[in-house]
This record gives sequence, structure tokens and C-alpha cells, in this order.
Amino acid sequence: MAGLLDKKRNREEIQVPLAGMADIAFLLLIFFLVVTTIDMDTGIGMTLPPKLDEDQEPPPVRERNVMNLLLNAQGQLLMNDELANVSQVREEVVRHVTNFGEDPNLSERPGVAVVSIKTVRDTRYDRYIDVLDEVWMAYFAIWDNAARSGEHTGGRTYRDYDHYRNQLGEDEENQIREVFPAQISVAEPDQG
Amino acid sequence: MNQKFQKKRTSGEDKGIPVASMPDIIFMLLIFFMVTTVLRETEVQVRTQLPQAEALTKIEQRRFLSNVWIGPIRLPGNELGETRVQIDDALMEEEEFNTIRNIMYRKLQEEPKLIVSLRVDVTAEMGLVTDVQEELREANTLRINYSSRQQSQ
Repeated sequence: MAGLLDKKRNREEIQVPLAGMADIAFLLLIFFLVVTTIDMDTGIGMTLPPKLDEDQEPPPVRERNVMNLLLNAQGQLLMNDELANVSQVREEVVRHVTNFGEDPNLSERPGVAVVSIKTVRDTRYDRYIDVLDEVWMAYFAIWDNAARSGEHTGGRTYRDYDHYRNQLGEDEENQIREVFPAQISVAEPDQG
Repeated sequence: MNQKFQKKRTSGEDKGIPVASMPDIIFMLLIFFMVTTVLRETEVQVRTQLPQAEALTKIEQRRFLSNVWIGPIRLPGNELGETRVQIDDALMEEEEFNTIRNIMYRKLQEEPKLIVSLRVDVTAEMGLVTDVQEELREANTLRINYSSRQQSQ
């Protein structure tokens, strides 16, 4: 081995020049730096209802448990048959879901409460997302509240819902979502 | 310049920063970026100006994602045409919409945890979005994501 090294030292001029190596690596590095896009996709997650068989009836829902949101082609919103503003949706959803049977027009309990969003074919997509966003924000607020109160988490209180969810074990049940499931129904639009 | 180097070498050789491992460090960075890079594999032919929303969730596993673009088609000269649906590289015709279920079904077989990211332009109409969603239901790809941007305050 020592002999081999000696040999190299004696005839240095036939070595592969390594000085440019770092430059080549740098060049490649810069190329990948430029083309890399580490943009995480953000959005509103939803789960579509599974397709029912022809002879299957959709599960029955009592009318008082359903909160109706209707969007027309002009972007006007009808909330439980009354014309409303998008900013009113959040509060109303919270009221509807956390009613616990008090008001006879609102839901019996959070577990059966449904928020239904219905559009027409001409409704603009951003109007739909605005309303859907408000509904989701209402649920986030409900979950945050539940985590803070500790009512459904065995008396332990948390900073917010994220805090609660992060400390949940792998196969532990999410008690808050068990009590307040986000049941958002996206109805097929009417023709026209 | 030359003198400077000479000086250093002669006065105290051990004082300089060792640069021998520099290529190794660079290579390590290089390999990191090579691994994380996702080259843009499809050219989006429709404009998708995403809506803004507050109730956002992040999707960290990009490999589960499959994109569906809905928006006005880009025409030469910065003009926009009629609203179209694009999946992978292909623009879908209205009458061949029922092939979406086959495409999605195949993707679901390959990736059971598939999430379909709907990248829909703000000006699109719900009719088209619902048609696509109905196809997704047919294919049983039920996890979807309405791609949106963070609301600017």
C-alpha cells in the first residue's frame, strides 16, 4: 500500500483532477435547488358519500336535524329558508350543532346534526367554497371549545383541538369527533 | 494574491478551514434535493386560480395525491376559453366524462389511500364540479380535497 502511494506521489500529473469536483456538485445542487418545489398542497378536505345501489334508499334524516344552505346562481344564500349573509353561517352552524335538543327547530344532538349545502349548476365555485369554508370553521370552533372545556375528553382540558389531537395515541379514539362529527352533505344541484 | 497564499501555508498550515470534505457536504445536499425533487410532470392547460379559504388542512403525503384541474382553457395571447376538465395530460370532453371513473378506479387500485385534489378555478360553475364528483363516487374515490390558498388578511 505504501508503495502504491509512493508511486502516486512520484507521478502526480496523471491523477484525475479533483479540484473541479466541488464546482460540478455545486452546479448540480443549484439546478435541483431551482427546480425543487416543496409546496405543500393545502385545501379543504372532504369525503364524498359512497354511491348507493339503485334500490337503496338514502338513510332517513329528521328534518329538524338538517340545516339547509342553498346557493343560487347569483351567489345569494338561503339559510333555513331565509336570505342570509355568508358571515352569518358560522354562528348559525354552531347554534344548530350544539343545540342538544333545546330549540325544537334545531338539531336533537350533535351526533345527528347535518349541514346540507345545495347549489344550482350555475353557482360559481368560489361562492360554494366560501360557504363550505364557513361551515368547516364552525366545526373547528366547536371542536376547539370542546377541547378547552374538557367535557368530552375525560375532564382533561387542552389548549385547542389541535393540541388534543396531537396527543392522541395511534389507536385512541378521537372523542371530540365522536361527539361532534362533521356531517356536511353536498347535495346534487338542480338542473337549470 | 499569490503572496497571501504563500504566507498562510508557510506560517501555519493547520489554521485554514479544512476543505477536503466540502465535496462530500455538497454531494449530500445534492442527493437530498434530488430525492425530494418532484419534477413537474404535467403541463396544465387550464387556468386554475384557486379560491381562498380559512379552514385549510395540509396534505403532506404528495404521493397519494392525484390532481384534477377544472378551469377556463388557456388560449394563445393570454386569452381564456371555455371551462374544461383536465386529468393528467388530457383534456376531457363533456361526452367522455364517464371515462373519468375508469381512470380514477385504476389510480385507486394502484394507491388505495388516493386523495383527489380538485384544483378548480374560482370562476368555474358547480355543475361541472358536481359532474366530476359524481364520477369520483362511481369510482369509489371518496377522499377529495378542494385545493385552496390561505386567506390573505
